[in-house]
Amino acid sequence: MAVVYRIPIHTEQDIVLARQTGRNIAKDLNFGNIVQSRIATAISELARNIFLYAEKGTVTITPIERGKAIGLRIVAEDQGPGIRDIRKAMEDGYSTSGALGAGLPAVKRLMDEFSIQSIPGKGTSVTVIKWSD
Amino acid sequence: MARQEWEDEYRKILQAFLRGRGEDQLYLGQQLSKWLRAHHVAPEEIVDFHVRALAETVELPELVKDSFQLLTEVMIEYGIAFREYRSLRSRQQQLESEIEVAATMQQTLLPRTSPQFDQVEIGLISVPAKQMSGDYYNFAKHDDQVFSVALADIIGKGIPAALCMSMIKYAMDSFLDQRITPAAMLGRLNGVVERNIEPGMFITMFYGMYDTCLHRFRYAVAGHEPGFWYRASKGRLYDLESRGLVLGVTPDVDYQEYEIDIEPGDLLILMTDGVTERKVGGRFLQRENIADLIQAEIGSPAQQIAENLYRKLLLLSNLELPDDHTMIVIRRVV
Repeated sequence: MAVVYRIPIHTEQDIVLARQTGRNIAKDLNFGNIVQSRIATAISELARNIFLYAEKGTVTITPIERGKAIGLRIVAEDQGPGIRDIRKAMEDGYSTSGALGAGLPAVKRLMDEFSIQSIPGKGTSVTVIKWSD
Repeated sequence: MARQEWEDEYRKILQAFLRGRGEDQLYLGQQLSKWLRAHHVAPEEIVDFHVRALAETVELPELVKDSFQLLTEVMIEYGIAFREYRSLRSRQQQLESEIEVAATMQQTLLPRTSPQFDQVEIGLISVPAKQMSGDYYNFAKHDDQVFSVALADIIGKGIPAALCMSMIKYAMDSFLDQRITPAAMLGRLNGVVERNIEPGMFITMFYGMYDTCLHRFRYAVAGHEPGFWYRASKGRLYDLESRGLVLGVTPDVDYQEYEIDIEPGDLLILMTDGVTERKVGGRFLQRENIADLIQAEIGSPAQQIAENLYRKLLLLSNLELPDDHTMIVIRRVV
């Protein structure tokens, strides 16, 4: 299988497209309503960070399998300013600051797996996975 | 209750409510909500289940059913906040227990007993406004004849003040062996504080030495709340003369030293500004008010004077303690 959906993020409309794509794939994978919404929200947050702070980047969505488990992997990459203090950005409460990286703690909570790489001046890459229950 | 169970319970309540619209069902709903919250069920899950249960119960127009997707979506953010609350809550509990440990450690910086003499009794009360205190006191017996008393107020409350306290304590301990005069003690402490404290933070301090044979009290003051001196033969209270710059403002300060002779029945009352700076009925308590309260207690033992004043002041200020409250009462008995 391994169909890869790659959505470039330039405009706000691209955020909507990314959400929609994620939701559709989740639906195809038989994720429940709530999980579909959570996936859409996570994609939204990641894409929005790109749109607001990096201007350009991509969201890549891939259905994956691990043993019997079926999941959905989302990779958000940009060549933006990067996040200086990742630990700080991952703190609860930071999510309300409106700064770059805001919403990351929420994304982590919504997903099952979360990893981030960010180099100031170079860009940020966030990878998250949601497994079906 | 597993997911299946709360869903069944919710469905049951919903269906009963739609049949009779009774308050009792709403009451059951409220009880269920408590359980759901306690078991970390997110709001969007409830919204999602509500529409499913509703669709099982009544013929639901597609439009209405679909509209719930929007509601679910909107609820997601509240679900995130809900989970964030849980994590903040546990972090808060962790911080609180750390502060509790720190507060216990702070207590070890304070002397557990006051020096005992036949002719002089010492009373003490020290109550922090929060968990950690910014008031510091110390007693040291220099020999069979002389003891010293120190009282300091670190401006600022809570943890920064408490950290500062340990500096004062260790600096003072290191100078105590050297039997220096009160003025010299404050001069040296000022140097330590000035070098180590950040600007904007400072410390007021009272330091005195009591000779229990000569009954002579020598003291120096660094910007500290003036104490009282009760002269038994006159039956009245005097302010303890006190001029001197707070610790930590500039290096090399020469402190003035004062000396008074204590007669039988005389009292020395030292305190931090938490004792005086209180609002009673919208206005600040005046020094005369405190003096009147002390006058009323003059006949009591030193410890009782300190405790009674604390109680009375607390009642006057509506049981509120905005600042750390420390009072030391020294009485020459005979």
